[in-house]
Amino acid sequence: MLAGISVVVVVALLTPLGLIVAQAVQAGWGDLWSLIDRSFVAELLWNTVRLAVVVTVLSAIIGTGAAWLTDRTSLPGRRIWAVLLIAPIVIPDFVLAWTWTSIFPSVHGYLGAVLIMTLHLYPLVYLPMAGAFRAIDPGQEEVAQSLGLSRPAAWLRVSVRQTRSTLLGGCLLVCLSLMAYYGAFETLHYQTFTTAIFGELQTQFSPVSASSLSLVLVVLSLFVLGGEAVFAERGRLQRAGPMAQRAQTPIRLGKATVPALASVAVLVGFALGFPLALVVYWMVQGGSSGVPATLSVTSAAGYTLLYSALGALVAMLAALPVSLLAARYRNRWTSTLERSTFIVQAIPGVVIGLALVYLTSHYVSSLYQSPEMLVVAYAVMFFPLGLVAMSSSVTRASPRLEEMGRSLGKGPLATRLTITLPLIAPGLAAAFCFVFLSAATELTATLLLVPTGQQTLATQFWAYAEQSVAFGAAAPYAAVMIGISIVPAYLLGRWFDRRFAEPGQPSMLENLT
Amino acid sequence: MSTITCVGLTKSFGTTRVLDRLDLAVPDGAVVTLIGESGSGKTTLMRLVAGFERPDAGTITLDDDVVDSAQRFVPPDKRRIGFVAQEGNLFPHLTVAKNVAFGLPRAQRSSGRVRELLDLVGLGDLGGRYPHQLSGGQQQRVALARALAPRPRLVLLDEPFSSLDPALRSSLRADVMRILRDQHATTLFVTHDQAEALSAADLVGIVGDGTVRQLATPETLYNQPADAAVAKFLGDANLVDGTVDRGAEGRGVDHRLVHTALGDLHLVAGRQPFVGPATVLVRPEQVVPHRLDDTHPSDPATGRVVDRQYFGHDCMLVVSTGGGRSVRVRCGGQDTPQLGDAVALSVDGDVVAWPAPATDAGTTDAGAAPARAQARTASA
Repeated sequence: MLAGISVVVVVALLTPLGLIVAQAVQAGWGDLWSLIDRSFVAELLWNTVRLAVVVTVLSAIIGTGAAWLTDRTSLPGRRIWAVLLIAPIVIPDFVLAWTWTSIFPSVHGYLGAVLIMTLHLYPLVYLPMAGAFRAIDPGQEEVAQSLGLSRPAAWLRVSVRQTRSTLLGGCLLVCLSLMAYYGAFETLHYQTFTTAIFGELQTQFSPVSASSLSLVLVVLSLFVLGGEAVFAERGRLQRAGPMAQRAQTPIRLGKATVPALASVAVLVGFALGFPLALVVYWMVQGGSSGVPATLSVTSAAGYTLLYSALGALVAMLAALPVSLLAARYRNRWTSTLERSTFIVQAIPGVVIGLALVYLTSHYVSSLYQSPEMLVVAYAVMFFPLGLVAMSSSVTRASPRLEEMGRSLGKGPLATRLTITLPLIAPGLAAAFCFVFLSAATELTATLLLVPTGQQTLATQFWAYAEQSVAFGAAAPYAAVMIGISIVPAYLLGRWFDRRFAEPGQPSMLENLT
Repeated sequence: MSTITCVGLTKSFGTTRVLDRLDLAVPDGAVVTLIGESGSGKTTLMRLVAGFERPDAGTITLDDDVVDSAQRFVPPDKRRIGFVAQEGNLFPHLTVAKNVAFGLPRAQRSSGRVRELLDLVGLGDLGGRYPHQLSGGQQQRVALARALAPRPRLVLLDEPFSSLDPALRSSLRADVMRILRDQHATTLFVTHDQAEALSAADLVGIVGDGTVRQLATPETLYNQPADAAVAKFLGDANLVDGTVDRGAEGRGVDHRLVHTALGDLHLVAGRQPFVGPATVLVRPEQVVPHRLDDTHPSDPATGRVVDRQYFGHDCMLVVSTGGGRSVRVRCGGQDTPQLGDAVALSVDGDVVAWPAPATDAGTTDAGAAPARAQARTASA
């Protein structure tokens, strides 16, 4: 039964991809090719690739460097810095871009996009790398030193070498996220596939053309996903048992303390302090927008909470059977099923939105722009996050423990309630938080699917932000959006800390990639 | 406590037949160890008895209740069989006390039974800890307390000490066995450690080829193994070719001799008599080394010490007797021969022999055999 449900879930997840292909080839293969083979597409490709490469490299350097500073050195206040360095994750890309352009109109185009994307995405490298550095057994570096390597050489060739797959996983996320963003690029006037797809839809009213661009984008994303799989080392971090691991001695920074502090402070200032300050500044400034609000902040917040929570719930419930199946009946078939869901990670929100619009407008018009479709979109888009978040807990709830419960006289149901459920509950909560956080700050698919007459915080913010005069009116929506992201983000941070405190567990990103 | 009887248990995983018509009867209150190569089906047998898996064929009977047969299946929660696994498998989200209380009816959870069991395993003060705060040995003690709490009819121990270091292992084993005997608990104990199997048990079962090849007291098993494979598996063994002389028949059943390269040896009484080529078991401690200068004329074998491992209480020698043959010798820790010394060998005590495999069929003629007797060594 588990297998049956899992297959249904995976098929449902991959449906949008099929729909996009269906819509694109509607016009025939010849027309499709003529839509793809034009200089406009080549320009988009160039824009996307040069941005993705530079931002990924910068994020890798900044994320790894920051992780090294907070987790391997004597940097003063490193526990606080660790929190502050992850925190920019709660500021949506389009809010970050908006705060910078609202004060510095010169932040735009390619360089502007590099700055904003790097500030927004480096936590995706920082977070797993910090965990990986913490998990490394100092004994291994000692062995390397005893074999004649200097301390920096030992660090590079043993510890950094071992974190390679973690780093690659982080870079993969940076790259895929960047290709899926829309709001920030629109604000920065930088043309990418997503902005072009929106353009085709809203100004040219050409869904076929939009679908053809989507196909190119999906192929590009899948190419990145596949490339990572080729380069990633299959070997996991080899860690000794729980009792064998000793605490690491932090490296003394000495004279480098002040420059190190300064660079971390500048990073946090640009990525977190500045946007937060600007949101507050524009709220205080207030000012009339000239555009009346469709919805008040409270009603928009209500819709955001409702749809994000429902999306998180659906994603969590859908991920559970797949996760259980993969953990308990581990074979090539179930692993393939589990891994195939990560393809969704490479399908940008705009594509999923587009696919669901196509589905509802052509086949089930009663669901067109319905709340259900928005919830489904969130659940599909963020399913892989939910799956990854719960997998370690599900593995921990081993069937051996259930057997033990049975042998102690508890029936099947009682065993599941008293043993399995408490053990997977943290994973379920993490999955919920992860999806909720992502959905609450989602803009792209929400713009396409938001039910008529309703607005979420993100779309209402966007309605104001697009008119560059209405800073004061947009700011409260951004503030509330950040506010409701903080609680799940904090819980996730706690969960991450606990996860990485258990040696011998594969890290989240190792699971993902 | 109870008896357990398995009849004709068969279980396959895919195309691999793990258990093949296995029979086993464990008497009331006995501690039975099962020993066998890894993959011999010991753990599968335990899981079938516990009810975690179903056999393809066969029946399992606990006292007079059939708990598993083609017609009837009693789920694990209705069997009252305690299980202690290799990894302990404590519930990580529950404290030690709650782990132990898990199998108790609600009314008994605060009745002092938990404390009683924790005291029994020597962890009276650790009830509030979580499993990850305990050492490996402590975790196994908790696992035992948890299994004993609901007063099971049978306790299954599946290599419970194998993840512990050797020093801790033997002391914990002694403790656990004392507790199980005090509780008069019928126990099935799987291990792959010979010393553990012999020292801990009332009965030892050798598991191999999907069945129990011999179930006997430790003494019987060591001194009179059912076949050469069992002999090699349990303890060090010299398996020597020999011939049981037809002429010896006249001297009566109790005075049979077997001719070997180590001399004419007396066979253990009371076994199925046979005549012809034989495989003879000579335990290393039965072989006595003598200095060459006080050689008895009757010592048939001489050789040179080619390997020597000194353990203090005893010493293991490998003596090359020429022609590529060698004999393992265990002797006392004092005044032992040195590496390179020439020694003469004699055999103390009676030996066990089995008819040799059919490949030697051509040399059944009794008189000629001793000359081509060969000694092989085998260590388990």
